[in-house]
Amino acid sequence: MGINDLSPGGSTTTAPARFGPRGPISAALLDLLPRPVEEAVDLPALGHRVDAALAATPDILHDDDLQLSLFLLYGLNYGSVVQADDAWEWNPELIAIRGAIERVFEAALRERVPAVPLPPANREAVAEALFDLTKPSTGPSLSKYVARQATDEQLHELVIQRSVYTLKEADPHSWGIPRLNGRAKAAMMEIQADEYGGGNAERMHSGIYAGLMRLLGLDATYGAYVDHVPAITLTSLNMSSMFGLNRRLRGAMCGHLAAFEMTSSIPCRFYGNGFRRLGYGADVTWYYDEHVEADAVHEQIAGRDLAGSLAEDEPELLADIFFGANACLTVDGWAGDHILESWEAGRSSLRVALPAAERTSA
Amino acid sequence: MIGGHGAEARAQHPVIVACTDGPLLVRGDVDLVGADGEPIPRNRKVVALCRCGASTIKPYCDGTHKLTGFKTGPEH
Repeated sequence: MGINDLSPGGSTTTAPARFGPRGPISAALLDLLPRPVEEAVDLPALGHRVDAALAATPDILHDDDLQLSLFLLYGLNYGSVVQADDAWEWNPELIAIRGAIERVFEAALRERVPAVPLPPANREAVAEALFDLTKPSTGPSLSKYVARQATDEQLHELVIQRSVYTLKEADPHSWGIPRLNGRAKAAMMEIQADEYGGGNAERMHSGIYAGLMRLLGLDATYGAYVDHVPAITLTSLNMSSMFGLNRRLRGAMCGHLAAFEMTSSIPCRFYGNGFRRLGYGADVTWYYDEHVEADAVHEQIAGRDLAGSLAEDEPELLADIFFGANACLTVDGWAGDHILESWEAGRSSLRVALPAAERTSA
Repeated sequence: MIGGHGAEARAQHPVIVACTDGPLLVRGDVDLVGADGEPIPRNRKVVALCRCGASTIKPYCDGTHKLTGFKTGPEH
């Protein structure tokens, strides 16, 4: 069945869903989105079911059905996630459903992400406090495990886990660009321009990652491994999408980006070392090598010129800058812990096992 | 074009930021060459030059200063 069979106007985007539902809400959305907006009838009923699911969930941060549903709804903004009538993007009922999920999601994050002491709202103090918050731990970490002992199969898993975000690398924060002004906007553009290859499509980070996946024998089509990743991996991307797509959360968006950049260079060197240890060459480690150098630049810009300038220009956002930064560390910490704990217990970190042919490069 | 030739020239004017406890951030049109005068490959508009001495990708920074506790101290 071709795309145009579903939408005579040719207004649909992308291929059929490459992944399945994880509960009643995501099942309803996967059924709904390929249909033309005009054919939808039961949207109020879906809204009530979402409200009931939100009231019943013991932990939205690990809820497979609700996180996949939010991922699907944000996918309408990004494209390339599921086959959908483009008109769904601004459908009022779906926007309302997204807002209802976001309210519970944000409340859970604000409750579970530890508060951190706030520095004065000036550039140097904010940068120093962010570097302090994100300083490398001396304990065990996923990146050290990868450097020292991960198997080829585990490296494939790592690349799959990270692909849900990295094939869209930089996009969640880019939603926030027009919500910034002056120095913070200029700093954001300096970082994002580099993420997108500085005018050279071949150097675009998401594209370098797709190349890495293909070199490992993996499918670089967006969404190919969504079925394989646990809820927390979706939660991580949904959180940055929510920060980027809501103007009121622009402080959290900038803090999130700063923390992300500040926790990238050194781990990326370790990830690259893991691949080198198993005999992979510079073509495979390019993605990680690029980030060792790029993110040592980005973290300086993000701390001082992005988050620091934003705090000076809009001091009322200071608390959200640090909420976003610690949300990044906390949620991505859970996602990393899940992988590390699975491997240390001799298990796969994936929700669904990979086909044998995609488990290793051999 | 906005602002004519003067604004364009100013945009290219090199600026080096001495980052607290970190690298030297170089913005603008600067030739980066080795001791032999040969250009050092430069893949981005803004680069961070190591000044703690511990980077594995010198002359560029790789963030290792954060592991060694490098402090720049007062600079002014």
